Amino acid sequence: MEVEAATLLGKYIGAGLAAIAMGGAGIGIGHVVGSYLSGALRNPAAAKEQTAMLFMGIAFAEAMGIFGFLIAMLLMFAV
Amino acid sequence: MAVSEQPEAEGGLSIHPMEQFEIAPLFGGGELGLLTITNSTMWMALMLAAVSALLILGMRGRALVPTRVQSIAEILYGFVRQMVTDVLGEEGVKVFPYIFTLFIFILFSNLLGLIPYSFAVTSHIAITGVLAGLVFCTVIVLGFARNGIGFLKMFWLGDAPLALRPVLAMIEVISFFVRPLSHSIRLAGNIMAGHAVLKVFAAFVPALSIFGIVPMALMVAITGLEVLVACVQAYIFAILTCIYLKDALQPAHH
Repeated sequence: MEVEAATLLGKYIGAGLAAIAMGGAGIGIGHVVGSYLSGALRNPAAAKEQTAMLFMGIAFAEAMGIFGFLIAMLLMFAV
Repeated sequence: MAVSEQPEAEGGLSIHPMEQFEIAPLFGGGELGLLTITNSTMWMALMLAAVSALLILGMRGRALVPTRVQSIAEILYGFVRQMVTDVLGEEGVKVFPYIFTLFIFILFSNLLGLIPYSFAVTSHIAITGVLAGLVFCTVIVLGFARNGIGFLKMFWLGDAPLALRPVLAMIEVISFFVRPLSHSIRLAGNIMAGHAVLKVFAAFVPALSIFGIVPMALMVAITGLEVLVACVQAYIFAILTCIYLKDALQPAHH
């Protein structure tokens, strides 16, 4: 197999593998929001001031999935 | 780019999600010099015009009971002010202009990038890397100016067992230097990913002819999500800047 075809194959397989990272991001975000929900249902009055923390937690968990997507995009289009 | 050299799959469906991020000079020419006017600079200028219109023209009336536009400007100001004083206390007022500038820059750039056929300024690492790099430099300069060499005590955890402290110090130093990297990539990656997803779905709309209404509806929903992401990412960038500055200005006594 020539170098060109092998590179292409590697790129596609690499991008597909990098997409697995987004599963972790999904679990992470679900965990954060689930904890927030269970806490909010126990103590609704205190839930309002923690929405900022909720969004921060979501953003951090999302960032990991984004990094995985970034690697996939870099492999597909920038290699 | 490799993908445009390949034969098109599925007879006509060729997806080029990354072409929208290319920076091209606006007026002829082909080379990107230091002062070339590009689509990126044009959209940054438009963002500046929008910000100026909202903040300067909106506040021109200075009514005690605000008009709608003045109300928006006041809400933005009050929101960032509250965030800065929450994290940094009263001392935060000194760095408030910097934080506000960052927040407004990123918020308006993200939101303007959602207009169809526009260009997302913050999707490029070149932009967000400079923003995060400047935050990093500000933290270091302020940290050493305020605390002298004692700034390095931030890495030496007094609460940990003595044997572990060198290892933890190394981990702390590494995580400190990774900060600008994660700070910049978080914003650029989120915006780039959102726009790439929109482009991929958009490629399906003409391909499915009559059923193209389904990806179209999905795109409307995802654009709504992208508006939320735009606002949240601006907030995250600003509040992380506040937290990093807190490390420099008010070092926790380990």
